[in-house]
Amino acid sequence: MIKAILIFNNHGKPRLSKFYEHYNEDTEQQIIRETFHLVSKRDENVCNFLEGGMLIGGSDYKLIYRHYATLYFVFCVDSSESELGILDLIQVFVETLDKCFENVCELDLIFHVDKVHNILAEMVMGGMVLETNMNEIITQVDAQNKMEKSETFIFQSTRQDR
Amino acid sequence: MALKIVKGSIDRMFDKNLQDLVRGIRNHKEDEAKYISTCIDEIKQELKQDNIAVKANAVCKLTYLQMLGYDVSWAAFNIVEVMSSSKFTYKRIGYLAASQCFHESTDVIMLTTNQIRKDLSSPNQYDTGVALTGLSCFVTPDLARDLANDIMTLMSHTKPYIRKKAVLIMYKVFLKYPESLRPAFPRLKEKLEDPDPGVQSAAVNVICELARRNPKNYLSLAPLFFKLMTSSTNNWVLIKIIKLFGALTPLEPRLGKKLIEPLTNLIHSTSAMSLLYECVNTVIAVLISLSSGMPNHSASIQLCVQKLRILIEDSDQNLKYLGLLAMSKILKTHPKSVQSHKDLILQCLDDKDESIRLRALDLLYGMVSKKNLMEIVKKLMLHVDKAEGTTYRDELLTKIIDICSQSNYQYITNFEWYISILVELTRLEGTRHGHLIASQMLDVAIRVKAIRVFAVAQMATLLDNAHLLTGNVQRKGICEVLYAAAWICGEFSEHLENPMQTLEAMLRPKVATLPGHIQAVYVQNAAKLFATVLKSQEGNTEGTAAQETSQLMIDRLPLFVQSANLEVQERASCILQLVKYIQKLQQKDVEVAEEVCALFAGELNPVAPKAQKKVPVPEGLDLDAWINEPPSESESEDEQPRAIFAKEEPKHSRPRHTEVDEKELARRREARKQEQANNPFYIKASPSSQKVYQEAPGVEHIPVVQIDLSVPLKVPGLPMSDQYVKLEEERRQKERAEKKKKDKKKRKEKRSGRGKKHDSGPESEEDITPAHMVDIVTEEMPENALPSDDDEKDPNDPHKALDIDLDRPLADSEKLPVRSHRAAEALKSPAEDGEAESAAPPELKKKSSKDKREKKKDKDRDRKKSKEEKKKKKHKHEEKEEDLLGGQADEPVVQPEETSEVAALPSSTSAEVSDLDFWLSNAPVPSNTQEAATVAEAAPVPEAASCTAPDSEPDEPKDTELEETKSSKHKKKKQKKEKEEKEKKKKKKHHHHHHHSDGGAEESVQNGTVEEEEPLPPMSNYCLLAENSYIKMVNDIQGNLQDGSQVVVSVIFENKCESFLKSMEFNVLDSLNCKLQRPEGSGPHDGLTVPFQLPPGVSNEARFVFTVQSIVMPQKLKGTLTFIVKNEDSSTHEKLDFKLHFTCTSYLITTPCYSDAFAKLLESGDLKGSSVRLEGVNMPFHHLLARICFHHHFSVVERIDSCASMYSRSIQGHHVCLLVKTSDQTVSIDAKCDEPTLLGNVLDEIKQTFSQC
Repeated sequence: MIKAILIFNNHGKPRLSKFYEHYNEDTEQQIIRETFHLVSKRDENVCNFLEGGMLIGGSDYKLIYRHYATLYFVFCVDSSESELGILDLIQVFVETLDKCFENVCELDLIFHVDKVHNILAEMVMGGMVLETNMNEIITQVDAQNKMEKSETFIFQSTRQDR
Repeated sequence: MALKIVKGSIDRMFDKNLQDLVRGIRNHKEDEAKYISTCIDEIKQELKQDNIAVKANAVCKLTYLQMLGYDVSWAAFNIVEVMSSSKFTYKRIGYLAASQCFHESTDVIMLTTNQIRKDLSSPNQYDTGVALTGLSCFVTPDLARDLANDIMTLMSHTKPYIRKKAVLIMYKVFLKYPESLRPAFPRLKEKLEDPDPGVQSAAVNVICELARRNPKNYLSLAPLFFKLMTSSTNNWVLIKIIKLFGALTPLEPRLGKKLIEPLTNLIHSTSAMSLLYECVNTVIAVLISLSSGMPNHSASIQLCVQKLRILIEDSDQNLKYLGLLAMSKILKTHPKSVQSHKDLILQCLDDKDESIRLRALDLLYGMVSKKNLMEIVKKLMLHVDKAEGTTYRDELLTKIIDICSQSNYQYITNFEWYISILVELTRLEGTRHGHLIASQMLDVAIRVKAIRVFAVAQMATLLDNAHLLTGNVQRKGICEVLYAAAWICGEFSEHLENPMQTLEAMLRPKVATLPGHIQAVYVQNAAKLFATVLKSQEGNTEGTAAQETSQLMIDRLPLFVQSANLEVQERASCILQLVKYIQKLQQKDVEVAEEVCALFAGELNPVAPKAQKKVPVPEGLDLDAWINEPPSESESEDEQPRAIFAKEEPKHSRPRHTEVDEKELARRREARKQEQANNPFYIKASPSSQKVYQEAPGVEHIPVVQIDLSVPLKVPGLPMSDQYVKLEEERRQKERAEKKKKDKKKRKEKRSGRGKKHDSGPESEEDITPAHMVDIVTEEMPENALPSDDDEKDPNDPHKALDIDLDRPLADSEKLPVRSHRAAEALKSPAEDGEAESAAPPELKKKSSKDKREKKKDKDRDRKKSKEEKKKKKHKHEEKEEDLLGGQADEPVVQPEETSEVAALPSSTSAEVSDLDFWLSNAPVPSNTQEAATVAEAAPVPEAASCTAPDSEPDEPKDTELEETKSSKHKKKKQKKEKEEKEKKKKKKHHHHHHHSDGGAEESVQNGTVEEEEPLPPMSNYCLLAENSYIKMVNDIQGNLQDGSQVVVSVIFENKCESFLKSMEFNVLDSLNCKLQRPEGSGPHDGLTVPFQLPPGVSNEARFVFTVQSIVMPQKLKGTLTFIVKNEDSSTHEKLDFKLHFTCTSYLITTPCYSDAFAKLLESGDLKGSSVRLEGVNMPFHHLLARICFHHHFSVVERIDSCASMYSRSIQGHHVCLLVKTSDQTVSIDAKCDEPTLLGNVLDEIKQTFSQC
């Protein structure tokens, strides 16, 4: 199970937070801060797994993260997930973002956090991995976006009618 | 209205959208909070508007603010509003917001049930998808209960996109509503073989997650997973399955044996590191489970260790980390194979990556030996000094202690060295593990008698320098050490060089700043020291010194008497009075030392921490029974009878005891003493040994006066452990030299050139002798200690509720609550009729356990006004299956494909288990299994093959015969499973609608292709075949979908007499059209042996396959059953004649049909019509339909009011369509079929069914 997925930048500013277990807002912020603290002080060429973190996890949980340019992608998972598998999943996630946003950068995530959520929802659901095939993810995301577009079109045209 | 909408849209153009909000926040870096608060005000305004677009925009912004840490729960209702928008765009925004901020205590969640249900059944798959995704984040027990059935239906949705989401969310539903697990499990299991890899992966995911928590319930799935493992190419799925096997193998070593080979193959073949790693992990788990009583799998271990070494040596830190992690698992069972890689692991200790160092530390535990312990610990101590960050340092500390103390200090040769190490560790700043060090000190001092002199001296120094330990607030954890120091100095005070000085140190005013429990130990041990001091002083001087000592006590103790801590206060005042009395005696020149010492006389023995728990309860002792008559309510807590096992009188209860009158108290005490005296297992209380093992609670919370020390913490006079390392080396060198001398003397050989080298060469463990012979006292255990000491599971674990036996047949009460028809309510309780539908679901729940029907997708919602009556069903096949599951009372649901087969077995679970046994014990290679199954399938008369044995050896003991029966059943199951798979491939579902219970008395089954307004009466297709005083036979006939010329006759044999029935032989006279399939080689008139025997009162089912040429006419076959009735003294041959009636109905197979396909079929014009009228049918329409469905294998295509279309197909592919109408007890059935004779006969049979009732 995945307990939480966090994306924050090099300064610890949250860009996306998805908790699959309920915490109140304050705890969530504390978790983000603590995770940032743990992750940010690690060198570039150390391993991507991290134990500990008082707030989230416990002995069964691990933080698995990847650092891309200005962003950290952190997954908090328990022992039923394969460590290397989750690393691959992060890679798939980032590549999918890259495809969907065309050369994704931090700004895309800043301004379109809802879209990022929608993409993530096609990959992970309720803390369990739903889909790992990038093409399938993109197909579903695109289909939904298309639907959204057609709806706004209808909306606008009805407005014009009136 | 239109104007309003336009106005709203225009307004919206001026609203901030999410991007504007983000931009705004970025532009207001200085007064972000203020800016956001104005934004929130705006949002509040927007939420008040009617325009849903504006609301959605506002909610979207709130979702963003929630991420920034703002509480947006106040907008929960608005979120629900947006969720219920009909536009996907807004719906998605609403669900996202809900998934981010709803949780179990969000009260508006209960408003969403109907909305979610609507979305789940939406024709748009993305509406459904979005609802499922959202629900997965905020599902509550209520939602789970109300929606479980809807989601379960979605598991068989036509779109894989929905299927996989529905499958995945079931896990959350199970967690919140464990009752749903059993009813939903069969379908979940079915999804393991879904054609879509995504769905399959989701199902594997869910079952793995379930099995991880309660593996034993999922052992029976092992064969299925094994098949998946050998066939799947999806690495994700493989990883999950392999992980699951890792959890299953500890429960079933035979599974491990089976796994080793395919796993090693995978290890060799795969290029994916993640898969390789998981394989290695599971092989390790297998090896661990096999480690007892198996020939060693050294090759596999070697392979694992080798692969892991490659991982560890990899430059990728991730692989290095995982390699070490897996290595530590091998270490537990096969330390030798890991030890050879010590170099590599020590190297990892120097890695710059903390995670890797931690893992390497774990491994070190198993690497130490007597020879290298000091060296390794020295290295670790260096790390301790260098380490930055308390976590890693604390980890180092605990590891050092673990390593040294493991297996009863096995590797420590010099305890002085160890004590010094412990003392050095006390200088660690900010460690949380003071109590760990303390307990080590105590343990060593108590158990290693030889070390006490040294330990006491060290502890005295520690006490003397206590200010260094307590000074800094950062060091509050470490002052725990003083607890140990004080106790050791007190208890072993006879070894103290200068007891007076230590006594003074213990009574310093600063002590009062220590945590209470430590002060208490100080006070108590000051008294012990006092006794020792008195003894020495009285011996040699005239007594003034002794009196001065008493005076010192009297001066200092009042400080503790004033302590806020009860324990300290009590002890202090007690001892103070004692000392005052002693002083009085001293003034009278009485020698008191002896008597004072006697207070503390006696040796304290170490008691194992769990000794108390392990005291077995003697026979005849009921711990829950009252020893005395129950006291009044208020005291019940203190006076649990258990208290007799407490070592000391419970102190905490003392204040309350004052309320109890003295007599009663005395009486109770007496009773308790009596009990204790008579109890040989009672461990006699010793004054303080118990306390030693008590964990010191809550040190952190006690304020300690803070003094900043800038001087480095160097405790003067403390020995450095390094010295011991040197000393030790020298000592060993000397020993070796001596030994060598002896050797030389013996051998008288010249080896001067190689002498030096030889020295540094490896020496065996035995060569090293401990510095001092230590007598390590083992911890005391009560006699007859109970060996098992399972750590109790966390009672709060949510997964505990999911520990559900999935093999047990589904009980009637377990069915999932289903939304039922409102009319049903009316029928049952007219009072509730008036209730609004929206309020209905919670009401319905209570009744739903009886209701098996569920409403289906509302196809033409827009057109039809009365929804209730006009629901259409899109997925009839799903429903039917669901109903099967829901309606069965007596059948093992876990393997629905077996339902027709396992008749009235004593327990279906045993069948299940034996099935697994069979798989595990036979057919080592999967392909073989399949082949075997296929063979069985090709000649589907397995009974015949297996039944020759009991026939030829009629006097075989019962056991072996049962064995054989079992194995024959396995084959049948295999065959059946195979069939099932084929069926799935063809995407057709075939259900056996016959059911039974023991004795066939109450058979209840409901085929529910109909919406039903009231529960159906129990129905069964089993009809009586023949009966006499010995045996009763009932049978059912089903067509075989795979083979258009086969029908399967299931016969339940029930033994009605008191004797054993055996050697049953079943035979029929074949007709030209219909033949019993017999095993190859047997003549056309030979009977088939029934593959089981029947003990008295038992029934069992056998199946016989018949080949049929033409199916348009019903026919009857004459047959005979012969059997032997065996009594204790005699056995007689008996026979029973019967007539097997093949109706045309039995050639029909329930096949779902969509209404459009149905319409096409009717339009095609290929079908011939016929009709029949039934008069005087006095039953509700839905009952009528259900009967047709059940008895005649039809399914309902569509039903409108009192009119329904139904469909079925024969095994040879004839379509049979019915249009059933009813009015006033008259039922007219118009039917069409491409084979008029068949149709005529079927209609006749239907007519007959209804004439009977």
